[in-house]
Amino acid sequence: MVHVALKNISKVYPNGVRAVQPTSFNIEQGEFIVLVGPSGCGKSTLLRMIAGLEEITEGELSIAGRVVNDVDPAERDIAMVFQNYALYPHMTVYNNMAYGLRNRGMPKSEIDAAVNQAASMLNLKEYLDRRPSQLSGGQRQRVAMGRAIVRNPALFLFDEPLSNLDAKLRGQMRIEIKALQRRLGVTSVYVTHDQIEAMTMADRIIVLNQGRIEQIGTPAEVYHQPASTFVASFMGAPPMNLLPARYNGNGRVHLTDDVSVHAPQTVDYSGDIHLGVRPENIGVVESGHPGALPFSLDFIEELGAGRLLHGRVADQGIVVHLPHTAPVPSGEVYIDLPQTSLLMFNPATGVRL
Amino acid sequence: MTVAADAQSISAPRSKVRRSVKWQAVADHAILILGSLLMILPVLAAFVTIGASDVEISRHGMQISDGSHLLENFEKAMFTQGGFTGSITGSTMLLNSFILGIGFAIGKIALGMIAAYAIVYFRLRFATFAFWMIFTTLLLPLEVRILPTYEVVHGMGLINTYTGLIVPLVASATATFFFRQFFLSVPEELVEAARIDGAGPVKFFIDILVPVSRTMIAAIFIIMFVYGWNQYLWPTLITTDEAMFTLVRGIKQIYQSIDGGSDIPEFGRSLALIFIAILPPVLVVVVFQSWFVKGLVESDK
Repeated sequence: MVHVALKNISKVYPNGVRAVQPTSFNIEQGEFIVLVGPSGCGKSTLLRMIAGLEEITEGELSIAGRVVNDVDPAERDIAMVFQNYALYPHMTVYNNMAYGLRNRGMPKSEIDAAVNQAASMLNLKEYLDRRPSQLSGGQRQRVAMGRAIVRNPALFLFDEPLSNLDAKLRGQMRIEIKALQRRLGVTSVYVTHDQIEAMTMADRIIVLNQGRIEQIGTPAEVYHQPASTFVASFMGAPPMNLLPARYNGNGRVHLTDDVSVHAPQTVDYSGDIHLGVRPENIGVVESGHPGALPFSLDFIEELGAGRLLHGRVADQGIVVHLPHTAPVPSGEVYIDLPQTSLLMFNPATGVRL
Repeated sequence: MTVAADAQSISAPRSKVRRSVKWQAVADHAILILGSLLMILPVLAAFVTIGASDVEISRHGMQISDGSHLLENFEKAMFTQGGFTGSITGSTMLLNSFILGIGFAIGKIALGMIAAYAIVYFRLRFATFAFWMIFTTLLLPLEVRILPTYEVVHGMGLINTYTGLIVPLVASATATFFFRQFFLSVPEELVEAARIDGAGPVKFFIDILVPVSRTMIAAIFIIMFVYGWNQYLWPTLITTDEAMFTLVRGIKQIYQSIDGGSDIPEFGRSLALIFIAILPPVLVVVVFQSWFVKGLVESDK
């Protein structure tokens, strides 16, 4: 069931800057959507338009079947979690959570029940009388979550909620937020520039670049079948290897005149391409292995769980990710680019062929 | 005291330079104590002189007294009717001073906050222009425009009223400026969170912005209270009825209104009044000092 629908939504600022190109997508009931992209890609603007904090220049936004373009943020039945928590510094945790409910004229007993329920869900019971300044970063983030939960909204909006936390806490809160969302079943839109957050939390990822949608898909789709070189290089750390090559329609992709590999598929295109391959899909092989390519190793990055081999193949820089169980290569190294994991991109448009 | 503490924390290897650090601290303290004495001695001199009788004072000037007239002089200062008409006491003047000081401070804060709120949070067409217009009024303090202001207040029949005393002083840019700067530092997300929580402009102002600004309000209150308390020129012009006199304006009246000149001036009473006039601003500063510092250096967000 479509819960939130964006139809050709765009944003043009008064100074003429077009922050968001006409954008359309639907969000299903209960879905966790992550908007991801580099800074300035328009992801926050898009979120703020859904929240009603930014005016929608063109297009139509509907939430739960109601067009809300001109509806006040408070009336849109949404709740938002901000990057800097945006807690009211002079109010206790309890009052921070209760404020929105009071403004809606909810009876005291119901407010009390809602706040207490949210507090116990978030392990905040013993902090209800504290001020935000007396809490740690993670606790503040929980209060911000609580403030969103008590409203029991139709839609959660998250604006980079974890970027102010340290790495360890971020990993923990990521799981908590995801678990909470599953439990409550509330449709959510989550903005981040962190591709790991996007991969781990999303039901579907929307990758944005320069105010335009590059790809919409499940984390696996976005990772393994990136629609463009932008998505390929944005998702994954280290990113996908993109090697300049030629494809002539004869079933082979030429990295140079002498070095070539099997093309992953036959496409109606010939000329220069970018050949994409994920570092972890490349294998180190014996010299006699069919399709083995000579690899000149520059240096090795030790990751613990694995190793990154930085080197060159056919004079192109390439990164290979080996599991830690694989032997550390030395001397003459040969690699194999498996046919099934290769992707071909049009170098001019960046689109996958 | 803070200077000494700083000096100590700066000198890193403590064991080696302990001796010189100590001397540094002593020198710092000596300077501070000297400075404090310089400031406080005149007040102290006035205080010990209050205890003497008027005759003694007129004969020997400032002196260390036995204190036998201390209470008597304070009592006279507070409760004996004086002035030209003989209708004013020190306590009335004290009350008037408080009304002026508090009214002035509250008026300034209220006006400044509301004006700054409009300028910072609303998309007004000429907001910047309006702000600079307000700001330029700093160049036109009351003293510069005192005649037209008097004319206006007089025309409105506000001579010898608290309204006439306070309102013309209230309109100025300082508080607006301070609050504008403060509001600009309040995170945008707080406004947005409040909007989503269903707080309209008035609710946001009262529920969120005012409490968030409380240290700033306290700091400005102190400055403005002392400033209002010490007003002299405007109260002198606008109050002709002695019942409306403030302390700062009235002390001279007490001192001068000695009939005929045959009597000895009431030195003790005047000094006691001066002392009383100093006390409230000092107390306000002492009590609110920590708030004051907080408001200036800390942003409680």
